[in-house]
Amino acid sequence: MSDAVTLRVNGNSVTVPAGAMVSTAIAAAGADLFRRSVTGQPRGPLCGMGVCFECRVTVDGRQHVRSCQTPCASGMEVSTDE
Amino acid sequence: MSEPDAPRNFDVVVIGAGPAGLAAACRASAARASVCLVDDNPRPGGQIWRASLDRVSGPAVPWISTAARQGVRMIAGARVFAAPEPGRLALETAAGASLDLRYRSLVLATGARERFLPFPGWTLPNVMGAGGLQSLARSGLPVRGKKVVVAGSGPLLLAVARFLRHAGAGVRLIAEQAPLAALLRFASSLLRHPHKLADALIFRGSLAGVPYLASCWPVSAQGDGRLQSVTLSRGGRTFTEPCDYLACGFGLVPNTELAALLGCRMSASAPGEGVAVDEYQQTSVAGVYAAGEITGIGGLDVALVEGEIAGHAAAGQPERASRLFEARHRRRHFAQSLARSFALREELKHLAADDTFVCRCEDVPLGRIRASTGWREAKLQTRCGMGPCQSRVCGPPVEFLLGWKPDSVRPPLFPVTVNSLTQAGVRGIHKLQPPPFQ
Repeated sequence: MSDAVTLRVNGNSVTVPAGAMVSTAIAAAGADLFRRSVTGQPRGPLCGMGVCFECRVTVDGRQHVRSCQTPCASGMEVSTDE
Repeated sequence: MSEPDAPRNFDVVVIGAGPAGLAAACRASAARASVCLVDDNPRPGGQIWRASLDRVSGPAVPWISTAARQGVRMIAGARVFAAPEPGRLALETAAGASLDLRYRSLVLATGARERFLPFPGWTLPNVMGAGGLQSLARSGLPVRGKKVVVAGSGPLLLAVARFLRHAGAGVRLIAEQAPLAALLRFASSLLRHPHKLADALIFRGSLAGVPYLASCWPVSAQGDGRLQSVTLSRGGRTFTEPCDYLACGFGLVPNTELAALLGCRMSASAPGEGVAVDEYQQTSVAGVYAAGEITGIGGLDVALVEGEIAGHAAAGQPERASRLFEARHRRRHFAQSLARSFALREELKHLAADDTFVCRCEDVPLGRIRASTGWREAKLQTRCGMGPCQSRVCGPPVEFLLGWKPDSVRPPLFPVTVNSLTQAGVRGIHKLQPPPFQ
């Protein structure tokens, strides 16, 4: 864990250890809500292994990215639902 | 090991880079077969050997090193979404590119996922799988100083509690739905497996002071926008425990979707109803092998030996495979006692209310699913199981609660881009499927 990675979550700068997943950066940014369900309920990660799709967010403009399976990269722009 | 423009034709393709897949890749490549290992995760090791940040888990190191030294290619962060014809698989990478992979033999080592059971409040943020919270913590999720309740069933709960405590979390209690008598039977079966007993003793030592409650299970989770407390049932009474995270899983279910798509027969006798295999780990489809949790929940040791057997056999070395039959037989015995000890109790069928969501992708409550005659009608009328997870989450609870067996599997196995579908020449994208993303 020699290096740290800085990225942005909902416009706010967050620094996480190298190798951390996007889900970590979202939690580190203080967000509990990752997405809103089809009926508007708040949702966050469930399975942690890419199966459930509950942690999906927008990464660099790409929608429906599973944050638990996506390593953070420097300068990445992540946005969750409101 | 990853080369995006490497050759696409292999003697052996292995799907899943957990213990079984790594073992298969090592044995097949030792026989000079060209081997390609594919995994959905960004790094090899599977879930049990999931890397902590960018550090590969210790026990995975020798397997990964051997595979690399023997020329195994690895495609990480890619998912198989279709099998357009025998000997051919269509993959999509994390970046959205599609790949066409061809094989002479295929080893399916797709592992298992947690079984979730719905209860009021289970969709709140910070209610997670037991293995789920562990995976996220390994990926860097900060748990230090957080209050955690671990609940559900199976030995995974103890492993997760130990991990979380080591990571600095305050583990309030472990709620195991199985009765004490079953746990004691399981513990005594460990005596026949001395290294497992050593594991158990280490667990107990590292969990000193954490209540391990038998016949105890969650009945609801409460919170405003995120989890704040969980209510548990024990001995006919309920009590409420404040917590930041609820790590909750009710055992494991094999990931059989790809095997089903390929036409492999399932076995009703395998623990968790996995893929049926012969003594060489070959499925009912010639040239397609299966190893590890996909053939029935058996744990790490069974996965490794099954992977080795499948790897030898897939590379055309059945005599080497047969030398491992005895070891596999011994290790499977443990798996059977595991399945018996942690059988799910009837009370768990009554946790979800009519308005509790069972399908989290489409927010379909139990009452609407129950009003259907079966999976097909539920999909058509309610969209249950039609979202991105393709019923991987709601399938096992629907089977447990309503007795409905999984519906037939159709491509795509995961939501993919329209581009990938057309490039892979996938036909028969059925109307029942959800619209592909993007």
